[in-house]
Amino acid sequence: MSRIEFKDVRHAYPPAAGQTPVYALKEVSQVWEDGGAYALLGPSGCGKTTLLNIISGLLTPSEGSILFDGREVTQLPTTERHIAQVFQFPVVYDTMTVFDNLAFPLRNRGMPEPRVRERVVEIAAMLDLSDRLKQRAAGLTADGKQKISLGRGLVREDVNAILFDEPLTVIDPHLKWQLRSKLKELHQQIGVTMIYVTHDQVEALTFADQVVVMHDGAVVQVGSPIDLFNKPKHTFVGYFIGSPGMNVLPCKLEQGQPVFANNLLSSGYPVDTDLSGKLEIGIRPEFVSFCDDGIPVQIEKVEDLGRYQVVTVKHEAEQIKMLVGEDQEIPAISPQIEFDPDNLRIYCDDWAVEPQNA
Amino acid sequence: MAIELRNVSLRVGAETHIYETSLSLEPGQFNILLGTTLSGKTSLMRLMAGLEKPSSGTLWANGEEVTGVPVQKRSVAMVYQAFINYPSFSVYDNIASPLKVARLPKNEIDARVRKFADLLQLTPMLERLPAELSGGQQQRTALARALVKGAELVLLDEPLANLDYKLREELRDELPKMFADTGATVVYATSEPLEALMLGGYTATLNEGRVIQFGKTSSIYRHPENLESARVFSDPPVNIAAIEKRGDTAYLNNSVSWNVPPELAAMPDGYYKIGLRPHHLSPDGAGVEVEGEVQISEISGSESIVRVIVEGNNWVSEAHGIHSYEFGQNASFFFDSSRCMYFDANEMLIETRV
Repeated sequence: MSRIEFKDVRHAYPPAAGQTPVYALKEVSQVWEDGGAYALLGPSGCGKTTLLNIISGLLTPSEGSILFDGREVTQLPTTERHIAQVFQFPVVYDTMTVFDNLAFPLRNRGMPEPRVRERVVEIAAMLDLSDRLKQRAAGLTADGKQKISLGRGLVREDVNAILFDEPLTVIDPHLKWQLRSKLKELHQQIGVTMIYVTHDQVEALTFADQVVVMHDGAVVQVGSPIDLFNKPKHTFVGYFIGSPGMNVLPCKLEQGQPVFANNLLSSGYPVDTDLSGKLEIGIRPEFVSFCDDGIPVQIEKVEDLGRYQVVTVKHEAEQIKMLVGEDQEIPAISPQIEFDPDNLRIYCDDWAVEPQNA
Repeated sequence: MAIELRNVSLRVGAETHIYETSLSLEPGQFNILLGTTLSGKTSLMRLMAGLEKPSSGTLWANGEEVTGVPVQKRSVAMVYQAFINYPSFSVYDNIASPLKVARLPKNEIDARVRKFADLLQLTPMLERLPAELSGGQQQRTALARALVKGAELVLLDEPLANLDYKLREELRDELPKMFADTGATVVYATSEPLEALMLGGYTATLNEGRVIQFGKTSSIYRHPENLESARVFSDPPVNIAAIEKRGDTAYLNNSVSWNVPPELAAMPDGYYKIGLRPHHLSPDGAGVEVEGEVQISEISGSESIVRVIVEGNNWVSEAHGIHSYEFGQNASFFFDSSRCMYFDANEMLIETRV
């Protein structure tokens, strides 16, 4: 087990002839604490798999260094890094039994057979595979096979970290939560550093204590699920976490407070009025409500999503989404809305502006 | 196009893929087939398209019988989950391909391609190759190619399943609007209840080759005619428990009880079932209190999905905000008894006035 550290890591894949390199991973400096449960969350193409492959050593970064417990490993091959990896699709030997599949990584490293047996039995119990040990892997369903893949990732005790690359993709939706809960439980039991890559916010936020949100080759925020929801540092985080995402609306500043569509708003905290750049406010649909004396809007669309309604309203050219309770009436005549000041944040060039005195 | 299935069934060898089904879809209507994998969604679509010949029953389009008329002779387009584009064609040529096959005049082709590219926000990408597009743009290209023919019946088989959830969110928002402009009758298959609610329109709930219920999406969600329909139309799953009714009181066990609505009170005493939507079971609040053993608390941005065992039943609470629990922890949950749906011994809904 170790603490993994990235120092100024950048990576560009070799460019086509005559073209300048494009960085798939812009500068990343990041510490993964020993025993932590991390998720790397972002849309396809954000650089999360590149980052994962740099940890495992499948890829050597163009710049920067990687340290395991303070020891430089940047040039070390995968085999010497002691990293276990679980991929999107099950990697199992169909002709072998479940037992032999789980034992494979241990036997490969010359572990004595009695110890192999002990360890396999232990891991199989954790994954509810105990009664299947003698079965051939070929006869298992896709999620049964993926459990073996997970088991093979977990079985070694000498690993520095376990990496998961969208491990639940092939699992039927109604079984996903069971494996998700299993993984979380396993992390609590064995305490190895785990890094879980996904584009699914539920998987990331459920599994991880710390979520690393990536966008366009860069880490835009590292935080707990609560922080990512309440205090998005970048408009992308506001958009990507939460469904529907945060409303981002143009604003001006007056006396340290935002002005949207000639309405002076309160943001709960004053900011420096001299900011230059693209100024916006961010407000989640949860924190927009109807009121008697607010911003006049037109109602564009009401979607009944069962447990709540998503109402799309428009003020001049700006579209705003709001969440309204399932039983709440939508005002029919001259609707007006307001924003909850405690949950309104100001963004300058997409980055959150911190309070003036902080 | 109006589409009608009259007592249609589909058997393949000894297996029945679709049990006798009658379904009538109005022209221009947006229809959803909701059910899990293997519930029969794809088979039903293939029957509607004429890709599959029914083992019994008849198929009608605009009042004319079309049973056995091959798909090529009908005004039908179908888009699958795995979007298919010609990799060496530009977006423009991909969209134009069905029109070229139909030998339309060049200016007509150009006008239609540009119209649909505009509708699907592909105009800036017309010269690019599919490989240079994002997944969402590729799927929009495949959709444009299906729509450009002006088919009167458009069948979409889980068209967003392969996309990132944020892209799905955006396309779900746009899709009904796009079709509203074309006037086509749309049939859209999905396994996700929330997707059905977002798309609106009309929904047929399906299970194991049977259409359980068909009607306006929000009314199917709120008034499932039986427990099976409620089950299909709930994710996370609807909370179910057996209760005993004595007089005007429901007993979940000896310690948990509440008053039942008059319609149920008037029925014979005995065992019934309740269905309670996950968002009506809350970790805080008032109402009927139950004790549960927490299995996991999952977090989706702004909400927590807590799996909990209540009186031996696997229940789920979907609550606003972030609620963290330890595995195996005991905790209290609450529900407002007026939110309960009641089902009789045949699992049919007992209509109650709220």
